[in-house]
Amino acid sequence: MNRIIHAALLACACVLAAGAALAQQPLRIGVVTFLSGPAAGPFGVPARNGFELVAEMTNAGQVPAPHNTKGFGGRPIELVIIDEAGGPQKQVAEFRNLAQRVDVVIGYISSGDCLAIAPVAEELRKLTVLFDCGTPRIFEDATYKYVFRTGPSGTMDNVSAALYALERNPNIRSIAGINQNYAWGQDSWTDFEAAMKALKPGIEVKTSQMTKLFAGQFGAEISTLLSSGADLVHSSFWGGDLEGLVLQGAPRGLFQKHLVVLSAGEPAINRLGARIPDGTIIGARGPFGPFAPDNDLNRWFKNAFQERYALPPNYAAYKATNALLGLKAAYEKAQKAGAATPNQDQIIAAFENLSFDGVGGQVRMALGKGHQAVMDNAIGTAKTVGGQLTIVDLKRYPAERVNPPEGLKSEAWIKSGLKK
Amino acid sequence: MSNFAAVVFDGVVYSSWLFLMAAGLTLIYGVMRILNIAHGSLYALGAYTAASLGGAWIAAGYAPAGSFAMLALAVLLVGAVMGPLIERGLLKWMYGKDEIVLLLVTYAVFLILEDAIKLVWGVESKLFSEPYALPGNFAIGALVYPVYNLVLIAVAVVTGLALSWALYYTRQGKLLLAVIHDREMSAAMGINVDRVYLATFTLGAMLAGLGGALTAPMIAVSPGIGVEVIVLSFAVVVVGGLGSLGGAALGALMVGLARSVAVRYWPEGELFIIYFVMALVLIARPKGLFSAPEARKI
Repeated sequence: MNRIIHAALLACACVLAAGAALAQQPLRIGVVTFLSGPAAGPFGVPARNGFELVAEMTNAGQVPAPHNTKGFGGRPIELVIIDEAGGPQKQVAEFRNLAQRVDVVIGYISSGDCLAIAPVAEELRKLTVLFDCGTPRIFEDATYKYVFRTGPSGTMDNVSAALYALERNPNIRSIAGINQNYAWGQDSWTDFEAAMKALKPGIEVKTSQMTKLFAGQFGAEISTLLSSGADLVHSSFWGGDLEGLVLQGAPRGLFQKHLVVLSAGEPAINRLGARIPDGTIIGARGPFGPFAPDNDLNRWFKNAFQERYALPPNYAAYKATNALLGLKAAYEKAQKAGAATPNQDQIIAAFENLSFDGVGGQVRMALGKGHQAVMDNAIGTAKTVGGQLTIVDLKRYPAERVNPPEGLKSEAWIKSGLKK
Repeated sequence: MSNFAAVVFDGVVYSSWLFLMAAGLTLIYGVMRILNIAHGSLYALGAYTAASLGGAWIAAGYAPAGSFAMLALAVLLVGAVMGPLIERGLLKWMYGKDEIVLLLVTYAVFLILEDAIKLVWGVESKLFSEPYALPGNFAIGALVYPVYNLVLIAVAVVTGLALSWALYYTRQGKLLLAVIHDREMSAAMGINVDRVYLATFTLGAMLAGLGGALTAPMIAVSPGIGVEVIVLSFAVVVVGGLGSLGGAALGALMVGLARSVAVRYWPEGELFIIYFVMALVLIARPKGLFSAPEARKI
């Protein structure tokens, strides 16, 4: 009898030990971000830096409350970072390999990559957190169980820009656009144009320039914009195209003659500084960078990033951090629900409709049946003071004001007049 | 009227830039029968070198006007270092092989150089805009343009004229034309074809570097800029006729003006117009506008 009891005790001890060992095994997180190509400099590398810094500090328990537990509820995390370059087809193949090596995937800056990866993640039943891509189509055109997005969609960038521009300049009568000729640029212009028309019926569109991605030179386009007579020029340019537009447009008076809106202009602040003319309206794809609220989490992140990389974090780094913190919050919520080492389904259940404190403020997984984040948004105006570019007249919009309600597509919501 | 003048001027500026790129590409093809895909990387190298040298010049506190000298130095460096390095180090061992093999070799060089650029300069873009704003502005009607655009046009015109003069009115140029016409016969007549190849590739590399160095002040010099250039230059060279300098000039002008007109009056067609022009020309003249008649060999 004693032998049976001893054997049972031993078996129990083994099971407990195995559980403890599993809890101490690192959670492997696949991270996909641009490490090469034109998107690496403005987005991919700052995002990678954010991931690495925050993963390291999370494991050390150095993130402020409410994320101050070590690792994910005591379990260390380990990053496996791969390059997003190469286009959607390559990324799908990379994802299939990565999914076998990691517990969770966080990634994707390009909207094209996100649209391609989401159905594959669903097919492979691999928890995947999209952190940056902007297209609202991900959760408006499909429903996913395994896919989440902790970054707000691009809709709120352009709705906020339209609201802000008209609040500050109610006499705007005509608009023009210069955007990159692919999903991001086209969607941005469609949203902005529709929002301006909804907010001010009768507004005239003078010209819409759709340039080849990474064209770099915009002499003829700037001439057309300057001749158009438009009161406002909208651009969702990013990276080298954005910098080129400012470098070529500023000496020609583009920014003096028109009110210019750069809806994704924030990453250029650190790069161009005072070269961005005063009066330019700048967005950051959310309340990130200089638009982030002044709280403990944000101060910690800004200081830690600046100290490590000698540069302030831009919005890509903020969104990378939010993805990690969101996953951590979901993991720990699942633990509180009773699972010491939550499995994927338990993490997913905890992630749906989750609210967590991010580095740019509160993130609520409120759209896409609890899989798509919304955040308040902030937008402001560039002004150089003492040789340093600053953001003035900063305006915050509540998430409900600049995002569609659950169940309504962005385009239909904008055309309905942004009804609450 | 001022709108039309602006469209023409924008077209000519873009054509000038295209010509600088296409001239080197067509020259190398004409003499060596190599469609040099690495031309795009040499352009990028010119831009990065100019941005680095110019940036260092400005950072050291020297007179901003001297940054133009840095552009020239970048051109010389790219031409003098990369030209002989690629030609002597690699292409020399490939002569006589099929044109497709040589194209693939230059494509490999392109890939290597693209990664080498990332290794040396990183993935952040480089900014060197001082020469762009320095000469000031001028106006066409109500539109303001940087004088730098005139510099670009002047450099393209002078380069075109100098190349034409060198090709048709100097002994070395005539030797080069002989090699273009029939390399075997030229070799048999005692022309040092090997040396002509080296000189041609170095000159071509220098022209690519010139295009890159002159573009650097206008753009954010960032990874991947060489890809766009090689595609556009190829379109221009095909329109003009592979190997023809005059063809490259006319092709650049046609493509540049067509693009400028499209941007102003038909923005949706801007992506398509360049290749539309190319298709139209190739339908009418499958070997391009100025393709040289091939020597008949018996």
